[in-house]
Amino acid sequence: MISYWRKTWPFHLLLLPAIVLCIIFSYIPMTGIIIAFEDYQPWVGMKNSPWVGFDQFHYLFTYPDGKQIIWNTLLIAFFKLLFNLVIPIVFALLLNEVRKVVFKRVVQTLVYLPHFLSWVILGGILIDILSTEGGIVNRVLESFGVHDIFFLGNGQWFRFTVIVSDVWKEFGFSAIIFLATLVGIDPSLYEAAEIDGATRWQQVMSITVPLMMPIVIVVATLSLGRILDAGFDQILNIYNPLVYSHGDIIDTFAYREGLNNAQFSFGTAVGVFKSVVGLVLIIISYRLAYKWANYRIF
Amino acid sequence: MLYRTRSYQVFTIANTIFLSLLGLLCILPLIHIFAVSISSRAAATANIVNFWPVGFTTDAYVKTLGNEKFLRSLWIGAERTVLGTIVSMAVVTMASYSLSKTSLKFPGRQIYMWLFVFTMLFSGGLIPSYILITKLHLIDSIWSLVLPTAVSVWNMILMLNFFRTIPVDLEEAAYIDGAGHLRVLWSVYLPVSMASIATLSLFTMVFHWNSWFDGVIYMSNPDGYPLSSYLHSMIVSDNLSRIGVTSDSIANFSSRTIKTAQIFIGALPILLVYPFLQKYFVKGIVLGSVKS
Repeated sequence: MISYWRKTWPFHLLLLPAIVLCIIFSYIPMTGIIIAFEDYQPWVGMKNSPWVGFDQFHYLFTYPDGKQIIWNTLLIAFFKLLFNLVIPIVFALLLNEVRKVVFKRVVQTLVYLPHFLSWVILGGILIDILSTEGGIVNRVLESFGVHDIFFLGNGQWFRFTVIVSDVWKEFGFSAIIFLATLVGIDPSLYEAAEIDGATRWQQVMSITVPLMMPIVIVVATLSLGRILDAGFDQILNIYNPLVYSHGDIIDTFAYREGLNNAQFSFGTAVGVFKSVVGLVLIIISYRLAYKWANYRIF
Repeated sequence: MLYRTRSYQVFTIANTIFLSLLGLLCILPLIHIFAVSISSRAAATANIVNFWPVGFTTDAYVKTLGNEKFLRSLWIGAERTVLGTIVSMAVVTMASYSLSKTSLKFPGRQIYMWLFVFTMLFSGGLIPSYILITKLHLIDSIWSLVLPTAVSVWNMILMLNFFRTIPVDLEEAAYIDGAGHLRVLWSVYLPVSMASIATLSLFTMVFHWNSWFDGVIYMSNPDGYPLSSYLHSMIVSDNLSRIGVTSDSIANFSSRTIKTAQIFIGALPILLVYPFLQKYFVKGIVLGSVKS
């Protein structure tokens, strides 16, 4: 034991700041989950607040809008995951056909940029360009004879806007992993196919696509773990009371009820519900990714 | 030969046009916002500005940079970015050194690793974190924006994978000269890792500059908001007034040119570091995804 510490103390010392911060700011809040099973009153404290068991969770499902919120979350997240998988793949395949290196670089530079801007900036931009009072998008639509669309004030259009703008922000960046795979394909495969007289389309369908499948399966499977993440950052910046019915998701609801309305226990219960389901889904998706494509992180 | 067939030529032209449009689509909204911000107030209000300023003026920027509240937030945003990056990088680099060792050299490594990784999978959530910050009396303190996010497990994994690529000979020579681990980290690892550390620092800076939610909940007074939080409250009230939920709010107070100028200033630091980011992130992602 003593010799263990003598040999390894510098390692522990170097880890000390990280582990202390990690315990304080990650593990202590985990113990705070207990208030999801209480009727927490700040002035009484966590220890003495009355115990209510699963009442808060029950309330989430009997709450008039509870089911609607879960449905909104699943719907928005599902379409985001779907389009954020399909569009980057198509984009990567199309970009891979470009021979001019400079053009390729310019396109990449442009499409990666929105990923790095925050939803505050992009939300501000969306609110301006989607405005019904002469926003540029509605002005362009006007020239095609379409009348003002209330993108951020109509529930259906709001969902559409949330999904499309998220894909717009992320498709370029999501394509990187597919582009890296495409670059790694052995050129001699294409040369051989060419000698056999295969057209470019045939080459793509019988060489490129099959070789991309493993990474596509991994990305698709891993994204299952995020089926309850409909985009808190994004929605909180562009939503408003008019679209709560269609655009309110679990996270925004937990925030509004929990912090703004000071329903600490209920807000925590909603958060715990999401965390636990998310954790289970992540574990399942990693297992599947490992099984189907032999994928491992750590 | 293949690339000269007629149908492939047609495809190439269509593809080039399509990709150009896609690229433009990603940048045009930003250009529009910028064009509005340097147009005259009358032109902006009349909605006649597209991608080129009408009645060029820098009035909006002069006014924005003369706004005390905006400047205060800008300063707090810069402060949290610098402080947050330094603290996070120091903590992450030190931890990554230990974690980069094999379990043979550092028994117990695995326990630490799982403690960190578990926090990526599960968290106590918003309200317990908020209660904790309250109990620690960190409300209204800049440390509430710096400390909770300091341990970035993702950065740690990238960093330890990089440390593992450093040749063992290099550090063994140092051990023979009588150097300890702290010495090796400082004089062997850090000098050869400067490029990686710079890259991760850049990403951490972008993260801090873009973070707005912690500012909104941990600062009880908008005077303490970093720039991103300030912009968040600005655009939310802007949205509500445009939608017609609230009328004559504070948002209507400032003109469209000033709002767009503020948004553009918020985006500017990211645009400035973007060329450097782009150079590295492809490498970073590939590195992170292929290593064990």
